[in-house]
Amino acid sequence: MEQVKSGSFDAKSVNRIKEGAAHGLFLLTACVSIVAVLLICVFLFANSIPALREIGAGNFLAGRRWKPSSELYGIFPMILGSVYSTAGAILIGVPLGLLTAVFMAFYCPKKAYKVLKPAVQLLAGIPSVVYGFFGMMVIVPAVKTLFGGSGSSLFTACLLLGIMILPTIINVSETSLRAVPKSYYEGSLALGATHERSIFFVTMPAAKSGIMAGIILGVGRAIGETMAIVMVAGNQAVIPQSLFSGVRTMTSNIVIEMGYATDLHRGALIATAAVLFVFVMIINISFSILSKRAEK
Amino acid sequence: MKVRKINKASLVLKILVYGAAGIVFLTLISLLLYVLIKGIPNISARQFAFKYTSDNVSMMPAIINTVIMTFISLVIAVPLGVCSAIYLVEYARRGSKLVEVIRLTTETLSGIPSIVYGLFGYLMFVITCGMGYSMLGGALTLCIMVLPLIMRTTEEALKSVPDMYREGSFGLGAGKLRTIVTIVLPSAVPGILAGVVLAIGRILGETVALIYTAGTVAGIPKNLLGSGRTLSVHMYSLLSEGLHIKEAYASAVILLIVVVLINGLSGAIAKKLAK
Repeated sequence: MEQVKSGSFDAKSVNRIKEGAAHGLFLLTACVSIVAVLLICVFLFANSIPALREIGAGNFLAGRRWKPSSELYGIFPMILGSVYSTAGAILIGVPLGLLTAVFMAFYCPKKAYKVLKPAVQLLAGIPSVVYGFFGMMVIVPAVKTLFGGSGSSLFTACLLLGIMILPTIINVSETSLRAVPKSYYEGSLALGATHERSIFFVTMPAAKSGIMAGIILGVGRAIGETMAIVMVAGNQAVIPQSLFSGVRTMTSNIVIEMGYATDLHRGALIATAAVLFVFVMIINISFSILSKRAEK
Repeated sequence: MKVRKINKASLVLKILVYGAAGIVFLTLISLLLYVLIKGIPNISARQFAFKYTSDNVSMMPAIINTVIMTFISLVIAVPLGVCSAIYLVEYARRGSKLVEVIRLTTETLSGIPSIVYGLFGYLMFVITCGMGYSMLGGALTLCIMVLPLIMRTTEEALKSVPDMYREGSFGLGAGKLRTIVTIVLPSAVPGILAGVVLAIGRILGETVALIYTAGTVAGIPKNLLGSGRTLSVHMYSLLSEGLHIKEAYASAVILLIVVVLINGLSGAIAKKLAK
């Protein structure tokens, strides 16, 4: 303000400097996310490459035995574990979530909606450690009494993950179902189709890419989930023989052993995280391609 | 005949829809009821003692640590996120390459699993920066984690401010910076707040990223370079030790209550926004 008094020329140049500085500052902060991603890549890969070189990338990725005590580091069982449990979660979560989204968008009375919508949001906000706790205390014993075995199994993990991805699937699918023009539905009704037929064969196909995007988001959440899985999956580092044998995912592999791992073992765990990172990147890229298509 | 068949299919679909919704909401209700019924009787005044001992695994230090952790993370992440959103909305040219890269990286950040954040924080802050297991290391890790969340919501909020406001301000002779600070930002505050509330929820629920960065020491650290565990980590530690399941139930109730409060808050903000 003082500069303003001292003359219009000074005020102008001060202003210009101020504007320029602000512009620079905003630009700098905007680049933080780029720097963060670069740093994450550098730290993750730089710390896993020495271990990968020592183990051999092929042995690491395709090796079927993980035995740090005898220097065997094959994460193939864990990759399979992650893929199986994610696939199971999708099999359980997607039909339930999609049908619930249809319910929310087309069937739910307005009064009930006011209660149910926040309920879904709540489901999304519950910390995964609470889900894991619920799984450990309720689902594991239930599976044990119903199907035998220890209860901590691939099936339990799929069930819990399926519940955990529900809010993602419901929210995204509901939004994309609602985004379909109402005239589609009305046109179908006018042609004599029932309410159900119009929704499932006209509106839903039109919302396809949005729904797919929701499913991919769910996949991302399921594959990255750690705490809840560790508590219910049994965590044996072998390829599961049946639905009811224990399973270890890439995420739980890291959590279980990172606490005491040293040297090569530690490097192998960081390399596991790098593999997980690559998986997630692939999922993210397909998500952004799909959501771009959905926008068109 | 044909008409009947179609109606049968419709009936099946209808049953499926109601059945699925029923299962989902029953699951939610049973989860809530289970935690509350098992947890509430286990809450006692003892657990809010300020000192954690192996005899009395008080959750009070964890609650205080959670507040500190949330505060530091937000103090760093909110200005960063808001400033980057301002750049993206107010300064960047449309379709510039830099903006595309920033968007790509933000999307990447929001998809990275927390275990990867945890290892990254461990390698970068704990080891390379030499912080050791510390609140600061944890907060910095969380800060990167919630950054995309704050950026996205702020961006939406800034975009929803009508251009008229900006033009009016420019017309009165205000510069760009002044327009942004005094006109655009204040109108975007509710949207930014919604993002902050979401970020609080995420920080509160985080476990695995903090175990490797902030550590699992149960007390309140003397300074920010000390290790301390938040309530979620506290609950996980109790569960994995397996000795204090009752206390774990109690902390689950507290976590749940805070999540309900946060959800209510964000709902209220969203309602205000809609007006």
